[in-house]
Amino acid sequence: MSYVKFSTSALSVLALCATAAVARDEIRIVGSSTVFPYTQAVAEQFSNNTGAPSPVVESTGTGGGMQIFCGGIGEAHPDLTGASRAMKKSEYDLCVTNGVTDITEALIGFDGLSMAISRSNDFDWDVTLPEIYLALAAQVPVDGEWADNPYTTWDQINPELPAVEILAYGPPPTSGTRDAWVELAMWAGCEELDFVKDGGFDGDWVEENCSRMRTDGPFVEAGENDNLIVQRLDADPNAMGIFGYSFLYENLDNLKGVMINGVEPNSDTIADKSYPVSRPLYFYVKNAHRGVIPNLQEFVEEYMSDDALEQGGYLSERGLVSLEAERMEALQTAVIDGENMSAPE
Amino acid sequence: MTDVPNGDLGPGSGGNKTSRIVRAGLARRHRSELILKAAGLAAILFAFSMLLILVGSLVGSGYKAFTQTHIELEVYVDPDEIEVDKLPRGGFDDVLEAALLARFPSVTERAEQRELGRIFSNGAQFTLRDRVVADPGLIGQTVTVRAPLSDPYDQLNKGLIERETAEVNRRLDDRQIAWFDALDEEGLITTPFNWALFTNADSRFPELAGLKGALVGSFWALLTCFIISVPLGIGAAIYLEEFAPRNRLSDLIEVNINNLAAVPSVVFGLLALAVFIGWFGMPRSAPFVGGLTLALMTMPTIIIATRAALKAVPPSIREAALGVGASEQQVVFQHVLPLAMPGILTGTIIGLAQALGETAPLLLIGMNAFITSAPSSPFDSATALPTQIFIWADSPERGFVSRTSAAILVLLGFLITMNAIAIFLRHRFQRRT
Repeated sequence: MSYVKFSTSALSVLALCATAAVARDEIRIVGSSTVFPYTQAVAEQFSNNTGAPSPVVESTGTGGGMQIFCGGIGEAHPDLTGASRAMKKSEYDLCVTNGVTDITEALIGFDGLSMAISRSNDFDWDVTLPEIYLALAAQVPVDGEWADNPYTTWDQINPELPAVEILAYGPPPTSGTRDAWVELAMWAGCEELDFVKDGGFDGDWVEENCSRMRTDGPFVEAGENDNLIVQRLDADPNAMGIFGYSFLYENLDNLKGVMINGVEPNSDTIADKSYPVSRPLYFYVKNAHRGVIPNLQEFVEEYMSDDALEQGGYLSERGLVSLEAERMEALQTAVIDGENMSAPE
Repeated sequence: MTDVPNGDLGPGSGGNKTSRIVRAGLARRHRSELILKAAGLAAILFAFSMLLILVGSLVGSGYKAFTQTHIELEVYVDPDEIEVDKLPRGGFDDVLEAALLARFPSVTERAEQRELGRIFSNGAQFTLRDRVVADPGLIGQTVTVRAPLSDPYDQLNKGLIERETAEVNRRLDDRQIAWFDALDEEGLITTPFNWALFTNADSRFPELAGLKGALVGSFWALLTCFIISVPLGIGAAIYLEEFAPRNRLSDLIEVNINNLAAVPSVVFGLLALAVFIGWFGMPRSAPFVGGLTLALMTMPTIIIATRAALKAVPPSIREAALGVGASEQQVVFQHVLPLAMPGILTGTIIGLAQALGETAPLLLIGMNAFITSAPSSPFDSATALPTQIFIWADSPERGFVSRTSAAILVLLGFLITMNAIAIFLRHRFQRRT
């Protein structure tokens, strides 16, 4: 009659689960895949140092993380979310609707977005933002008209560039990296075009017309896995890849960064902002959970500690570019004291 | 042969019309038989070579993760750095660094000294700390520390960082390579089997990362899946096959079960996200919820396999048992079920093996989290083997490339073992009955 025994035990396990769902003694973190490696590092350091239960870090993407984070207050909802852009107004509203009103915003540093190409490509690539825009955007000015992108090779855009096909692998629209790339590279490149400057178009126009990447082949959405892009670049010396600087840094023996406006991506140029495509990284804490979820306050303190954040700290070893000292100090106290953020514009 | 009309087809019967027709077509028939055999053989060879390429490439990139470069060093546990009453806090990393500095007295600059200290994996200081905490008597003594090297040095030792590469493009510069070579010459570098791959939980450092969390998580998930899906699946199959009346309703149920077996697994993940986590408020990332999801997915497979096994039991057995006065229930449990057992077991284990390798539903319920400790119950957060592979494949560090392949090999190993158990059980039960 093992069948009967099995069924009763199955039922009892089911009943057990209802009680187990209530208690939680570990910190839960969701959010951006770009902030994920840094949060990982802090989580591991934190549980090694204190012996506290290791925090559970999930990589959900910035937008997905906000959805879960703003789901409500209580043990069923995460305590922290990472973001590779600031929280949007709509997300803040969602949080407030669900009772998550006290949130602290913590800016942890900057991350560079790099365009990279295989080392077996001999040309020293140096492009400007408008050139990147002309190569990768869906719509560009052609003979004074706003039209579909006609360019297929780099030398059509700038005769000094090699006559090779334009081919770039990049992140899909669900990725925070893509949002940042569009905002920092495409919009900036678009605004510098003569057509836009002379036409007197404003920021709204740029946002509306310059956000689309081309879909006719030269720009390929390669999925969220950046290692996959790295492998494709190895295979095709003329292909470029767009990803976070940490992936370029780890693969410098096979890949080289494409210079933008004559500046090579590395931690110095990202820190002093001379490299134009870098973005801020944030995490958000639910203040209602501080003191309720064990160790949350201590974890935030570890995240904001000098050991982690300063230049040469263990996060900068992973590719994070630190803030300047004064700004960092002010942020550290604000975040540790749990200052609430105001609603975004 | 007996139902061929006009019987004789021997060589002597040339005058017969039928046999003439047969002989005329014989060459063609032989040829088509040969083509069929060749096509079958080619198909098998193709499948086999694909398998060989898959396993070959995995072994090729993964075998290096089964060893780990270690360093063995005499370390003086300095009482100035580590004090008994301040434990577990203390300058354990400074103590390790000092041991290395003693070997390289020429390194004087602070930044360079720090760099030298990074030969040790970040985990080394915690291993030493745990040892000293367990036995504070070690303070003031010299102990031998055996610790993993950090990832770049490990890659160098395994030949994955090539010395020919130009210095600027290498993770290690010439000076760092010289340090490593000096240590290697003194025989301090060893490359033992990488037990940490099985005994450590996940880590952000490739040299410390292991599969323990994933193995334990997979174990709990499969156990939950087994406890729920096997009794329910077999019970449902017995009822449908032996007791249910044949009518439209049972036909409808049968069609639905067959359809359910073909539903993509990600759909079950979405269902679990909405129902188990959304409505019932079960914890995210818990192997228990993973097990429930996998049980939903495995149940149709088990029902179908069990029904097929029950159908294959000859009716004469049932009739004989009923004839000597057994009740319906006795017939099923004492006669039919034991005979169907080999088939049921095979179906169950293959269903569970499928569940072990399933990724998509687990991603949706958050079992792809980064957790540096193994779960101690099915309700703790954990990863599973396939989701661990997913996380590692997405990590930027070089060391994770070979570890991803190694994890896939471990998963394949478990699948092969499970299938081997299925075959073994089938043979054993067949012999007994």
